[in-house]
Amino acid sequence: MSTFALDQIQAQLPQALVERYKDRAGEAWGVIAREHIVEVAKLLKEKLGFRLFISMDAVDRLHLPPEEQDPRFEVVYFLKNIERNEHARLKVRVNEDQDIPTIAKVFQGADWAERFVWDFYGVVFAGGQKRRILMYEEFIGHPLRKDYPLRGRQNLIPERPIQDIFRGPGTNGVQD
Amino acid sequence: MSDDIAPIITTRKDEATGFLQNMISKGLGWARKYSLFTYPYATACCGMEYMSVAAGRYDISRFGAEFPRFSPRQADLLLVVGTINLKQAPILKRVFEQMAEPKWVIAFGVCASSGGFYDNYAVLQGIDRIIPVDVYIPGCPPRPEQVLDGLMLLQDKIQNQRHYLGNKQPIPERPGYRDLAAK
Repeated sequence: MSTFALDQIQAQLPQALVERYKDRAGEAWGVIAREHIVEVAKLLKEKLGFRLFISMDAVDRLHLPPEEQDPRFEVVYFLKNIERNEHARLKVRVNEDQDIPTIAKVFQGADWAERFVWDFYGVVFAGGQKRRILMYEEFIGHPLRKDYPLRGRQNLIPERPIQDIFRGPGTNGVQD
Repeated sequence: MSDDIAPIITTRKDEATGFLQNMISKGLGWARKYSLFTYPYATACCGMEYMSVAAGRYDISRFGAEFPRFSPRQADLLLVVGTINLKQAPILKRVFEQMAEPKWVIAFGVCASSGGFYDNYAVLQGIDRIIPVDVYIPGCPPRPEQVLDGLMLLQDKIQNQRHYLGNKQPIPERPGYRDLAAK
């Protein structure tokens, strides 16, 4: 499998690439230092033609052996170069108390993905939106963390006032 | 059906009114059970099965539940078809509250009945936690025959209910959503 993207990162931003390896399917992965992720995203998008942001997710490594638990989270980025038909697979490792610079300024589509990662894993993106995207505002915790209780149930929520629906004279959103 | 409330000593007038009331109740039950206007609250894959029930081969209109009304104000049977998650629960509650009495609810499929295999952080574990349910239809998704069977069960229930004419009953108290949420 092609290592074009990682070779270029290694040549142009050697300080950003912490580690590179091939997974068991033979795909090349690069671990990026978290403070350099914006530079790497810019390089990939503007110079190397990886213009398509595919997706982004996170892995909670709390269930792994102790030596692999620090740092706790791996945030995974997938970018694609359509002309070359190649993927760039990047990872950033962070602990709970650290944050990652947002790449939403480079790839606008990453905004929702970062909100998703914050919603479900609690990884903070500096400069990004800290707002839930799928769960509701009243939800406590981050449900895809490994230490979220399996049978954890939360209270029912009341209906949210909807300001732009007129429900009759004298009402403002939800009536009590 | 009126045996449980009939006094032991009856006058001719009581007997006459009781008989009349019985006939009226039966007539109203018969009329109501064959004119159910359904509101299909379809959120998940059970919706496909609902379409199959409503379409030509199984044809729910043979059982009097002809019209899907897409406004809760015009419906008297709420079909909760599919998974209800916690974010959606207040909306379902609002839809139920908007329906006019008399109203009935069918939980269509295991997700609506009990949460099904979605035993997780996001899904309401059965709609009976927020609204009263008359008939539960199991199945993932249920076969159309099961749905029709459930509908016939509901029709039996409606037929056997006691209907009053010209007798203003207080509107039944239902627990408010905020009371449930406070618990």
